[in-house]
Amino acid sequence: MEQVTLTIDGQAVTVAAGTTVLAAARSLGIHVPTLCHDPDLTSEGSCRLCVVHVAGARTLMPACVTAVMPGMVVQTAAPEVVEARRTIIELLLANHPNDCLTCERAGTCALQEAAYAYGVRFPEAGSPLAGEKHQWPPDESNPMLLRDMNKCILCGKCVRACAEWQQRHVLDFGFRGFATKIVADMDQDLIGSSCVYCGACLTVCPTGALLDRRSIGRGRPWEREHVRTTCGYCGTGCQFDLAVAPGQQGKRQVVEVVPTAEAPVNGRSLCVKGRFGTGFIHHRDRLRQPLIKKDGQWVAASWSEAIALIADRWQAIKADYGSDAFGVLASARATNEDNYVIHRLARSVFGTNNIDHCARLCHASSVTGLVASLGSGAMTNPIADLAVTDFFLVIGSNTTESHPVLALAMQKALKRGAQAAVIDPRRIELAGQAQWHLQLRPGTDLALLNAMAQVIIAEGKVNADFVAKRTENYEAVAEAVKDCTPEWAEAITGVPAAIIREVALAYATAPAGAIYYTMGVTQKTTGTHNVMAIANLALLTGQIGRPGTGVNPLRGQNNVQGACDMGALPNVYPGYQPVTDEAVRRKMAQAWHVPPESLSLQTGLTLGEMLDAVDAGTIKTLLIMGENPVVSDPDSDHVVQTLQKADFVVAIDLFMNETTELAHVVLPACSFAEKTGTFTNTERRVQMVRQAIEPIGEARPDWQIITELAAAMGQPFGYTDVAQIMKEIAEVTPSYGGISHERLAVTPQGLCWPCPAPDHPGTPRLHEQAFTRGLGRFHGVSYLPPAEQPDDDYPLILSTGRRLFHYHTGTMTRRDPGLAALYSEEHLEMHPDDAQALGIGDGDWVQVTSRRGSMELALRITDAIVPGTVFTSFHFAEALVNRLTNPARDTLAQIPELKVCAVAVQKIAAPEGYQRPVHKRVLV
Amino acid sequence: MGEITKGTVQEQARRIFICAGSGCISSGSRQVADKLQQALDEAGLNQTVPITMTGCHGFCEQGPIVVIAPDDVFYCRVQPEDAVTLVEQHLVQGQLVESLLYRDSQTGERAKSAHDIGFYAKQQRIVLRNCGTIDPEQIDDYLAREGYQGLARALTMTPEAVIEEVKRSGLRGRGGAGFPTGLKWSFAAGAPGEKKYLVCNGDEGDPGAFMDRSLLEGDPHSVIEGMVIAAYAIGAQAGYAYIRAEYPLAIQRMQIAIDQARARGYLGESVMGTDFAFDLQIKAGAGAFVCGEETALLASIEGERGMPRVRPPYPAIKGLWGYPTNINNVETFGSVPYILRAGADAYAAVGTEKSKGTKVFALTGKVKNTGLVEVPMGLSLREIVFGIGEGIQQDRPFKAVQIGGPSGGCLPAALLDVPVDYDSLIAAGAMMGSGGLVVLDDTTCMVDLARFFLSFTQRESCGKCTPCREGTKRMLEILERITQGEGSMDDIIALERLAGVIKSTSLCGLGQTAPNPVLTTLRYFREEYEAHILEERCPAGVCKALTKFAIVPDKCVGCTACARVCPIHCISGAPKKVHTIDRSRCIGCGQCAGKCRFAAVVRA
Repeated sequence: MEQVTLTIDGQAVTVAAGTTVLAAARSLGIHVPTLCHDPDLTSEGSCRLCVVHVAGARTLMPACVTAVMPGMVVQTAAPEVVEARRTIIELLLANHPNDCLTCERAGTCALQEAAYAYGVRFPEAGSPLAGEKHQWPPDESNPMLLRDMNKCILCGKCVRACAEWQQRHVLDFGFRGFATKIVADMDQDLIGSSCVYCGACLTVCPTGALLDRRSIGRGRPWEREHVRTTCGYCGTGCQFDLAVAPGQQGKRQVVEVVPTAEAPVNGRSLCVKGRFGTGFIHHRDRLRQPLIKKDGQWVAASWSEAIALIADRWQAIKADYGSDAFGVLASARATNEDNYVIHRLARSVFGTNNIDHCARLCHASSVTGLVASLGSGAMTNPIADLAVTDFFLVIGSNTTESHPVLALAMQKALKRGAQAAVIDPRRIELAGQAQWHLQLRPGTDLALLNAMAQVIIAEGKVNADFVAKRTENYEAVAEAVKDCTPEWAEAITGVPAAIIREVALAYATAPAGAIYYTMGVTQKTTGTHNVMAIANLALLTGQIGRPGTGVNPLRGQNNVQGACDMGALPNVYPGYQPVTDEAVRRKMAQAWHVPPESLSLQTGLTLGEMLDAVDAGTIKTLLIMGENPVVSDPDSDHVVQTLQKADFVVAIDLFMNETTELAHVVLPACSFAEKTGTFTNTERRVQMVRQAIEPIGEARPDWQIITELAAAMGQPFGYTDVAQIMKEIAEVTPSYGGISHERLAVTPQGLCWPCPAPDHPGTPRLHEQAFTRGLGRFHGVSYLPPAEQPDDDYPLILSTGRRLFHYHTGTMTRRDPGLAALYSEEHLEMHPDDAQALGIGDGDWVQVTSRRGSMELALRITDAIVPGTVFTSFHFAEALVNRLTNPARDTLAQIPELKVCAVAVQKIAAPEGYQRPVHKRVLV
Repeated sequence: MGEITKGTVQEQARRIFICAGSGCISSGSRQVADKLQQALDEAGLNQTVPITMTGCHGFCEQGPIVVIAPDDVFYCRVQPEDAVTLVEQHLVQGQLVESLLYRDSQTGERAKSAHDIGFYAKQQRIVLRNCGTIDPEQIDDYLAREGYQGLARALTMTPEAVIEEVKRSGLRGRGGAGFPTGLKWSFAAGAPGEKKYLVCNGDEGDPGAFMDRSLLEGDPHSVIEGMVIAAYAIGAQAGYAYIRAEYPLAIQRMQIAIDQARARGYLGESVMGTDFAFDLQIKAGAGAFVCGEETALLASIEGERGMPRVRPPYPAIKGLWGYPTNINNVETFGSVPYILRAGADAYAAVGTEKSKGTKVFALTGKVKNTGLVEVPMGLSLREIVFGIGEGIQQDRPFKAVQIGGPSGGCLPAALLDVPVDYDSLIAAGAMMGSGGLVVLDDTTCMVDLARFFLSFTQRESCGKCTPCREGTKRMLEILERITQGEGSMDDIIALERLAGVIKSTSLCGLGQTAPNPVLTTLRYFREEYEAHILEERCPAGVCKALTKFAIVPDKCVGCTACARVCPIHCISGAPKKVHTIDRSRCIGCGQCAGKCRFAAVVRA
């Protein structure tokens, strides 16, 4: 790197060529004030506050955009420089409300700071610079952001953050001259604009022009404490600071989410849920005491009473029916430590392997399929690899809504020039941005994937060297796909053969090609085969084990990866050590100080199988931690009936929900803001969750509740603090062997497993030298149609998914007033052709019926969906789509076919008094 | 006079040229053409006397202009009803139509052709040579006038030699800043990268300026030829002509010219049969003054809001879509074909040592002859104003010339002998600008003029950088206060302070030059500011709030006309007696002065 020497304020300094004068000055400890500069944004050099004197220059030069030159002589505090800065500050103050006393930003305002540093006051009335000030009404149209453009200094950082971080381009400069202001779309109120409320603008705003409405009046900056933690929503693993301030009765409250540049995955980007979706934490509905159902009524109880009651009932059930009368549902939202402890409870206290969680509903087939193909069921490459990929396939993932911040990396890759193909029955946002959209019929993925393999083989694009050295069983796939021509696939999928061919070749020939997928692939009766077919493509082309490649299942919930890692599965101990392995059993028994024979060698039941067992009467009691199967599992009516059959159901949760209502005892748990532990994100990155506030009411962390239950059952675990649990996890889990809270405290970027030893740096990228299972294994898999096909009675295919503003069964997001307002009700998407045939109009109400049940909701007509299909989300219990979905399961992974069932739709009268939401932010 | 050289010129050489520039079209030249065609038909001359619709002659105030060859008889202010006379008298009888000839305001003499008119006599037309003489919609007309010969020669040279030729010619950018064109081309040519762009800046935005419009309307092929030569020199494959949408006729003619040039192989895959490929498209601007700034213009082409970007990187290194890009003004490109055709030396023979060639000005204001003029660099302001412009209307006193548009400055009578070249104008506090030249007389208030230009630049500020957006607003407010009689001497200090900071800290040329009208008027006409502030008086009588009227007793005959028209009844006096105006109540509306037939009511 070429070095340049220059002089700043008389001091010589040598820096790399291309360095700005600003950076060079700062390296000398010289403070140069800025307003529009941000290290994470391109520099526009527009506020002009950073001007410096450069010998020989015609004008003063903005330090933030002026590159150093050899021999340059810079003065940062020459009298003319100070005069210019003072004038610029005074000009800004001349058009700025003089309300610093009550402004939320007082203390953190960059303009205030500059005025203070240069001793500049608001121009007095009658002085030459006093004149017109803007008198724009504040934009209070939306529940998240308060925009007061009178306080805007037009630094433009919000415009750049919206464009550069979020690729949204909602904000821009509008109008000219003194009338210039930052506008959303064509100068709309935010609520009427295309804003998605990620809050990037708020993050970079230097003044009080943009505020989080909910934090207004809730503490001055110097009263606030920031606690670094990990987001409790999707699996991307964003980190941020929770700002907490003393609230009523001196109890600390979460008042705002503040992004941090130190967040390893997301930097300062967040999505609407992470940024604003904290309303549930202090919600009045939070469970504050244990509740016991007595004579059909919920009665508050003390912890000791509730725990004694539970232990009593469990001991009786264990005595009467044995260990396998227990079923445990762990939680993809709880911490690793919580899940580890509940898995220990199931195995060592109950003595059963009947433990599972809702990973069964999302990526069970990924784990099964990828373990068989590659040896590890997790995402192979880090998210950051999108920065170097040349081509990526996105299959069955509405990434911008389900993993919004991860999707930013995809959008940046596209902007950089990478190519992408989206395989999805709906024209989702990403489909509009990618080069190809393969709009297939729901449930036909496997035909498409096999056809791509056929093209790669037939066109001679197989990476023969890779196949020879690193894989086995090639003949199986060659045989299985030999007749799967693109023309054959076109007939099944509806995707033109030429496009299939083009995309297959683009993937195969890209220097670095990657595949990202989610539940459009996995939630099928052929889910495991779909995943294997994806692995086949990567193995055929060698697009794995290198930067920018890989097979990347995007995990849905914040800690679904971790819950699986922690052994919240019926067949494996933590780190995927089989329960059937005697050596593993002995190791676990030793760690837990229990006789080995008290641990079952029998693979336990999966989620669906457990419900079947309850139905059959073999499972008598369920412990459900932070799950809501009534809403999330297929065939809800059947789930309800099943739960009602159980002798004794204990639920641990934040709120009463459709599932806890059916329990016998409900115990109040802590939210992520109230406890410490770790989450493992979709790329296997283990990150700290830190307690920011005291528990709400008498709520307790799950691990503590379970530890007490275990003690009451006669098996004290002995944990007194949560770090001890991670220490034990590391001892018994080879892939977590080097991970501890102490290490994470000094490792802000987190640790990606496998991390077998305290000095191991972690493994962001898998399979680089060899596959986890040694050789990558091809599997010959064949297309099978979905279990349920449309017929005359149920002529349409129903598919389900997610929305940006909500999360899972809505228990948290729907309790955030802002999220609830922006997306207040669910709707059914239908193609205009179908709507016309059925005589239904946009906004009409419909009843949707499958062979299992029905629901009612409003209709939205959109040509973004394939004719013959309808789509909705499962966030809203009022429109309980899982009443309709098909519980038919993949035989290998036991994942239900949530993505495809046959339905009939008919128009009905809207509920009395129904009014269509005026502003509802819909992305597709 | 009176006779036309009949018989010495063949019948076929008879031809009627009708100006179809925007100015003459507005004055009705199309209707004139229709009537002339009709009259020719009726006289049976339609086969022998063709009509050619040409571009602008420059003397727009005399439009519609009709020139009849041979002899190039110059008829002005021709109306449709004159058509029959022109045909009968001029063409059939061979007699000049005296009443339609230009009449010199000083001598009262009629001029037969353009070169007999003072307005044209001192002009030297290199860029505008085809404007008014060819049909801009016919490429053959252009070819007949040595069109594309410059390109043909350039293509026989190496790109480096072409750049060298342009460097030697001394051509400097005609958009205003005057950067040496050949040097600019060498930057883009030397920039690494295979893909390069060429852009023509036709976003002419200065109030009153219409040089680029006239050239695009009157001789679009000369601009295209200049662009193709430049593209060859720098290695560009694609080009944009950025023309403001308010110039629909220029866009239309440019498009026709591009299509014809492409059809004849002057644009496209193989330019003039060589393996050099270049093509061109028009981007219509959306009406922002700042888009004349090159980086804002590029942002606008890219579909972004037209806002300037920080330089460096200069467009030559990182321009349109991030590729090396060369941008020149319309007139700059229009000068290039001549340089390549006639040679650098021929071009450099015109002008001064450091400013070569000619410059086109839009001469407007209180001057007698207004219009478009092309003069050699170095001509003095006096020669332009009093020679070509023939002095001030109604022979009022000359006060100043505002040169360079909103970024320029006002030069007083004492500077009338300043030669018009880049460096002399800068030294005087003004600038060449794109070529607006507004002549002012004693009825112009210099404070009000500064206020006008500031209101323009403030309104057109893109709003990006603080000093320009906020500073020009406060300067404008101060000027408004002064013209309202509410100024203080502190305001002048504030104006100078703001002007200094805006000039030294603004991001682009718009802001860096926006204070110029204020600074030059403060420099040369400070006493007018002081009169407004200290004496509450507007010497030019323009600022309404400061204008009061008084009656000169010696002249008043007591006719009562003034008292009757005064809307607030502040004039008193008995009939046949001297009247008086109550100054404290006078609102300065001036109706009394308008009514007085004895020049007794004066500003006071």
